[in-house]
Amino acid sequence: MPISDVSGRKVWQLRSRNEQLARWAMWLVGVAIFMWCWQRISEATTWVFVWDAPRIAADMGARAWPPRWSYMSELWVPLWDTLNIATLGTLLAIIAAVPVAFLAARNTTPSALFVRPVALFIIVSSRSINSLIWALLLVSIIGPGVLSGLLAIALRSIGFCAKLLYEAIEEIDPKQVEAVTATGASRWQVMAYGIVPQILPAFAGVTVFRWDINLRESTVLGLVGAGGIGLQLKSSLDVLAWPQVALILIIILLAVLLSEWVSARVRGAII
Amino acid sequence: MTDTALQARIGRKWRKPPFVKNAALRWSLFIVAAIYLVLAVGSLEVNWERVSEGLIRGWRFIAAFLNPDFTTRGEDIRDGLIESGIITIASTVVGILISVPIGLGAARNIAPLPVYLVCRGIIALSRALNEIIVAILLVAIFGFGPLAGFITLSFATIGFLSKLLAEDIEDMSRVQAEAVRATGASWLQWINYGVQPQVLPRLIGLSMYRLDINFRESAVLGLVGAGGIGATLNTAFDRYEFDTAAAILLIIILTVMALEYASGIIRARVQ
Repeated sequence: MPISDVSGRKVWQLRSRNEQLARWAMWLVGVAIFMWCWQRISEATTWVFVWDAPRIAADMGARAWPPRWSYMSELWVPLWDTLNIATLGTLLAIIAAVPVAFLAARNTTPSALFVRPVALFIIVSSRSINSLIWALLLVSIIGPGVLSGLLAIALRSIGFCAKLLYEAIEEIDPKQVEAVTATGASRWQVMAYGIVPQILPAFAGVTVFRWDINLRESTVLGLVGAGGIGLQLKSSLDVLAWPQVALILIIILLAVLLSEWVSARVRGAII
Repeated sequence: MTDTALQARIGRKWRKPPFVKNAALRWSLFIVAAIYLVLAVGSLEVNWERVSEGLIRGWRFIAAFLNPDFTTRGEDIRDGLIESGIITIASTVVGILISVPIGLGAARNIAPLPVYLVCRGIIALSRALNEIIVAILLVAIFGFGPLAGFITLSFATIGFLSKLLAEDIEDMSRVQAEAVRATGASWLQWINYGVQPQVLPRLIGLSMYRLDINFRESAVLGLVGAGGIGATLNTAFDRYEFDTAAAILLIIILTVMALEYASGIIRARVQ
């Protein structure tokens, strides 16, 4: 235990001198990096605009209020599309994610040397590309519309779901698996009775969690033309119809809060 | 299990217990899901002609992935990447700094009710607003450039980190915290020695994870003019320069992989 000597009395310290010095050095480097980043951001910023920002924000707020409530009649169909993009996208993603997760988990993969890296690469590439970029890509390939949005959501979610699932699979209790194996169960029976019941709560939780995220993301996919309420948002933004923008933002906010409530309730019921 | 219940079961074949215990609820859930699926799939409007036409372009894109072009727009890609990195680092640091006090305030077991409600409100607001929407508004207010992206991501980081930190604090063991309090520690000392050691490993892990998320998000902020590699990517898609787009996507994937690997090492060391 590191102890320092303060005028004859021994005082307990958390760290020894060298540890403390190393820590200070780390902090110094960290702060220096941050300051450099901030400097670069500051250089690229037109500060006149920033000082003017409160006035502009107030101006925008004044234009946007009150929201144009009558516009609501045109929003029901896009809202339904948004819901479908999120739900069907999650469904597709889950269907694709389950096999990937089993291939990626160390304890269930058929080959840790060949199959696992491929599965991990699928997971990483799906996760590292934002759904908006997937949508951009799909819109330029298969054209604008709900299908592009749906596929973008699905492609983005595969990695997320598969990652959380394979981590859940790796953390299962091996005793149960062993017990089922000991009864003479086949590989698939072991999976169905030893592994699946253990990951089922995690699976349901991940699905609902991702659905919640997907609903949020599908609200903006329309910005690049992939269907949903984002299309209306974009067209309203393009013509500077701020009251419509305000209404759409309120609707999106409500939808997100509702989805969060639903997902919290469902997860509470499952886990 | 009582003796009679056991007697009644002996000699009968074991069946897997159903996921939802109440049979009526189970079946009505199934039926609702089926009806929804039919309606949702029915309302999808897909232009199959356009899709099949697009498949050719899809192949071109996949071919571009095998032959990415890093050099033609090398300068733009480099500048975009550096800007993305700067936004990522700065926003993660600021986000962590702000989310620690908010996370403390949002934990019901250490914060008084009014503080709790305010902090939970901030978290809910930050989580409900999609990054892209925040970025659009901030670009409109602050003008184009990395500052809007930086503020957007800092704000998004707060919602993510504070919420998880608060949940972690709520789950912590009371025993340790109480023991520290019993020594007559002040509030700060109590947090520092009773609470912080319990949540720090997870906080560090989550911060690394958020760094990773922020990098991915910074890649899309450019689509709405908030700085970073997204602008370069968007230009590449607009010009149908799939090989440059593929190069950028590959760089993003590799960076995310590297970040994930690094965060794995760091998390393993702190936990």
